[in-house]
Amino acid sequence: MTNGNDYSQRIVITGIGLTSPNGNNLAEFRENLLAGRSGVRPYKTRYIGDVLAGVCDFDTLKYQKRKELRRGTRVGSISVYCANEAVNDAGIDWEKTDKDRVGVYLGITEHGNVETENEVYEISQFDYDTTVWTHHHNPRTVANNPAGEVTINMGITGPHLTLGAACAAGNAGLIQAVQMLRLNEVDLAIAGGVSESIHTFGIFAAFHSQGALAVHEDPTKASRPFDTARNGIVVAEGGGICTVERLPDALKRGAKIYGEIIGYAMNSDATDFVLPDSARQEQCIRLALKRANLNPQDIDIVSSHATATEQGDIEETKALRNVFGQCSDTCINNTKSFIGHAMGAAGALELLGNIPSFEDDAIHATINLDEIDPRCAMDQIVANHPKSKTGIKTILNNSFGMLGINSVVIVKKYEE
Amino acid sequence: MAPAEIRQVILDILKKIAPDEDLSSLDDSVPFREQMELDSMDFLDIVMELRKAYRVQIPEEDYHHLGTMESTVAYLTPVLKDV
Repeated sequence: MTNGNDYSQRIVITGIGLTSPNGNNLAEFRENLLAGRSGVRPYKTRYIGDVLAGVCDFDTLKYQKRKELRRGTRVGSISVYCANEAVNDAGIDWEKTDKDRVGVYLGITEHGNVETENEVYEISQFDYDTTVWTHHHNPRTVANNPAGEVTINMGITGPHLTLGAACAAGNAGLIQAVQMLRLNEVDLAIAGGVSESIHTFGIFAAFHSQGALAVHEDPTKASRPFDTARNGIVVAEGGGICTVERLPDALKRGAKIYGEIIGYAMNSDATDFVLPDSARQEQCIRLALKRANLNPQDIDIVSSHATATEQGDIEETKALRNVFGQCSDTCINNTKSFIGHAMGAAGALELLGNIPSFEDDAIHATINLDEIDPRCAMDQIVANHPKSKTGIKTILNNSFGMLGINSVVIVKKYEE
Repeated sequence: MAPAEIRQVILDILKKIAPDEDLSSLDDSVPFREQMELDSMDFLDIVMELRKAYRVQIPEEDYHHLGTMESTVAYLTPVLKDV
């Protein structure tokens, strides 16, 4: 990893655009996280019927025409909204920006399922006549679709990538941005994670078959990481995208700086398709800390990945206990308890919702934690009500995914 | 289907594939592409919508007949006469 202490190599977040099931910008999202408001609601999906999901209600026409929406994908729409919001929030003079030097790096859990399911359903209405399969299928399902739609919408002529990284993807997008900025491949990165997963019935059906789809008579209580009564994942859609720049560039234009990305790590379990491995998670966390030149006790907030699955929560807790067990001042929270699992967007949204802690001296809680599973118990978990704390300077964001992909990003409050 | 009905069918398809366009002053003698934003993918949407609605298979060599509203209606009138 390039030395992040080199002034020219320091990387900062300067703009934030997001849509979450409980907020369509950072201020709304933060307000609802501190107020304990869930974004989970009843939802109907093809073939299955009634399920629970985290559903976004951002203004799809704010940055796109109706024709563009029809042409593109839901996740393209989410990406376009968040990217434009981030650039606007960053105060970047877009007209004067050299678009050749802008890169778009978006993490995603899966892509193409929504469109493929839609088309299979469509041809089923025509006795499986494949001649009615849409010509839009390929551009909608190529893996670079979300990032590509952003480039078309915003006239960006630099590189774009959609990074498939299961549920570690939100962090992966940001990590890619850091690397490309340090390699001087781009001057501005538009990066984060996105998800349209609630629009594919397959993800609900698969989690159900796996015994990992949450049910609860009260939708707002369905997502309950670390709780004894947890019974699985609430699938959510969303997007969290940042403008990321090298520090000198940000300072030169007088940018607002949300935080500095001072450490990151990614690794692989190399063990199982779905089961997580606490040893590799711990290794990933420790590597990110080492790269950030921090000790565990230097971390103020650990934004946990826990999805409310039996094994997932236990494995992450093992890793957290090993690293942070003796760190009494470190606080642990969980965003999925509010919005469900936003898949490719999860890592990004979970990080971004915590960033205001640098300014508002509060740490949002993990809600729906009525009776903590003893196997997940840690004194540092902020349960049900936000915690006040002054001087918050560091956030460590966990994001793990299937096939054993682990990612950790550490963001520090900006200081000269 | 009578020519006037076919014109309405085409108009409805155009409204669907180009929802931001005002088609109230569409000139039937002027190519669609000169009056509205219509690219090759949109054009294929016209063909696809006709295929779905009426099981009409329009061969690629006949696509040039679908340039204007007038030529489209003229081309489709015999094709859709029994619909």
